[in-house]
Amino acid sequence: MLRNPKREVEVAGNRRVKDVLRELEILPETVLVIRGDELITADQVVSDTETIELRPVMSGGAR
Amino acid sequence: MKCRKCGDRAILELRRHNAAFCAPDFVEFFRNQVREAIRRYRMFERDEQVLVAVSGGKDSLALWDVLIDEGYRTTGLYLDLGIFDYSVESRAKCEAFAAARGVPLLVRRVADEVGAPVPVIKQVTRRPPCSGCGLSKRYLMNRVALDEGLPVVATGHNLDDEAATLFGSVMHWRTEALPRQSPALPSTHPKLVRRVKPLFRLSERETAAYAFVRKIDYIVEECPFAVGATSIAHKETLNRMEDASPGAKHNFLFGFLDRARAAFEQVENVTLNECVRCGQVTTGTLCAFCKLADQVKRSV
Repeated sequence: MLRNPKREVEVAGNRRVKDVLRELEILPETVLVIRGDELITADQVVSDTETIELRPVMSGGAR
Repeated sequence: MKCRKCGDRAILELRRHNAAFCAPDFVEFFRNQVREAIRRYRMFERDEQVLVAVSGGKDSLALWDVLIDEGYRTTGLYLDLGIFDYSVESRAKCEAFAAARGVPLLVRRVADEVGAPVPVIKQVTRRPPCSGCGLSKRYLMNRVALDEGLPVVATGHNLDDEAATLFGSVMHWRTEALPRQSPALPSTHPKLVRRVKPLFRLSERETAAYAFVRKIDYIVEECPFAVGATSIAHKETLNRMEDASPGAKHNFLFGFLDRARAAFEQVENVTLNECVRCGQVTTGTLCAFCKLADQVKRSV
């Protein structure tokens, strides 16, 4: 699941988070990777049936 | 990946520190960074009450959470910008946060103070929305702090915010802006309170992770007006550099603060006056906020 705007995309599983991010062209430094109610690191393997949330961390505008 | 401190499974990798942490050790790392920032820049003392400017986003609520847990006396300030559902939701997050922790929260509406909410200010001024919004926020934070007798305002600006601002200033060689970029701006006039940024050592990914781990209910959706903001473009550029070379943002900002900032300090030599209308500090006769309010009044 991706945010801003909220959307879901299907990608092949049984791969490391790192590889999923690369396929989606998302820099690891710009998102939190959330599985269930916990954060996971980029070396974790995501199975074919799991859903992970990639939550952007950027906030902006002049504050 | 294992936690650097305890060897348990890590939840977050921090490439620029060449480290990874489990949840409890990450929280401790995070708080240590805030403590170090407060100590090193003498941001505030134990006996001072701190006005924490909160937006409902991850950074400001994470900051408030740390300060409360560290035992500081705090009051929150939420500025309602009147930006449609975004403001309604973000205000609710701040109110819920304050209620759950039993801490005071002040709310001020920009529409009451300026004469119109941010979307109207944007139309009237025909400038980027962040411009009038930022001006109003800085003005109101200072004025509310003075009215409430609080000596210092703390904001949730993080390492990415500060690096992006610095990048923008350097790109345009705004040398007059450089000395003002600091994690702690002292009071230079009896009517200016101290302004501090205790999260400046932490990246926005770290503040987001802290908010998540601490189960802080923050607004994930971005301000609708932030789309296309220059600061976002600068952040994206810096993130690509960070990806290629972890620590790039940190080195850029800290190198400036430690070695370059002082060189620009002598440039600033301005006289501070009090605005003829509102009495707040300005370099002219009528302050920028009152000018903005006049402009809004003429058009609405």
